Amino acid sequence: MRFGIVVNEGPYTHQASDSAYQFAKAVLAKGHEIFRVFFYHDGVNNGTRFTVPPQDDRNLQRLWSELAEKHKLDLVVCIAAAQRRGILDANEAKRQGKDGDNIAPGFRISGLGQLIEAGIQADRLVVFGD
Amino acid sequence: MSEETNKKKFLYINRRAPYGTIYALESLEVILIGAAFEQDVSVAFLDDGVFQLMNGQDTAGVGMKNFSKTYKALGDYEVRKLYVERESLAERGLRVEDLMPITYEDENEDYAEKPSIHLVDRSEMAKVIAAQDVILSF
Amino acid sequence: MSTLHTINKSPFERSSLKSCLDHVADGDAVLMIEDGVVGARKGSAFAEALRAKQPSCALYILGPDLAARGMKAEDLVEGVGVVDYGGFVDLAAGAARVCAWL
Repeated sequence: MRFGIVVNEGPYTHQASDSAYQFAKAVLAKGHEIFRVFFYHDGVNNGTRFTVPPQDDRNLQRLWSELAEKHKLDLVVCIAAAQRRGILDANEAKRQGKDGDNIAPGFRISGLGQLIEAGIQADRLVVFGD
Repeated sequence: MSEETNKKKFLYINRRAPYGTIYALESLEVILIGAAFEQDVSVAFLDDGVFQLMNGQDTAGVGMKNFSKTYKALGDYEVRKLYVERESLAERGLRVEDLMPITYEDENEDYAEKPSIHLVDRSEMAKVIAAQDVILSF
Repeated sequence: MSTLHTINKSPFERSSLKSCLDHVADGDAVLMIEDGVVGARKGSAFAEALRAKQPSCALYILGPDLAARGMKAEDLVEGVGVVDYGGFVDLAAGAARVCAWL
């Protein structure tokens, strides 16, 4: 079975990203596929590589990036939500005239169409938010 | 023209008032983009979500963009099924007349203007939910 | 086919539990996660509302979220099933759709 996962909140402030991450791991452990993980609203903040969380606690960005690398997951950060909140890749930084970018490894910035496509292509879409 | 069998039924659930949080605005953005994918789209307004459709929104004093007129354009995007929950209105002292008139043009009836808002009670809303393939909550 | 409803906020904080229970269909499953687990304590103000739904819907709670908040299965309204994340996946796979009540 193919799952689509939507993460509507940023790391730490809400449990949504943790719940989505644990769910994603369980999906894979059960032998299912993850079509895409789509980060919307403040969820885009999961995709910055500049977080420095305390050493004795989980690093959510790193967890997502490592899960993506290990299982070839498609982690998509919504471009419109990202622009509002300052999450940029190198292309976006150049296009918008910003002096840096911050996207984390394994995440890519794309349009809301990717969310709709996940709804169409996945067998189940599960939303984590506040 | 997409085949009927390939279309999924998408429901967007709106339960929050506008402006206090961004969910109303960003859910509308999904609905508009989603319209291009020619799926069978419904939008549910329940709990405080009914406030998203209030007529006469004036955001000048709060310095935020008034995006309410975008709901009126949903008909142009073929999004014609806006389900508003009767009990949610009543609990909030609202009547359907307090909401924006939202219509679409029915190309099967000479482009006659028809209401997009369907007032439903809780049990009918439950049936709407149970009929969907994909549910997006914001 | 049935719906899996998820509730992630406490019913003392948000009306999502009430809204969810007002919209479930016979045969649906309801899974409480994150802060949503607090509503399922027996003796909570929401215990009756949950019991009233049990004849028609299967109620579940996410075990890891229960444990995180210092609660045990014995603290819950009788008949609420405790699942782990794998069980959450199975519930989602076994339903036709998932509806998140945020």
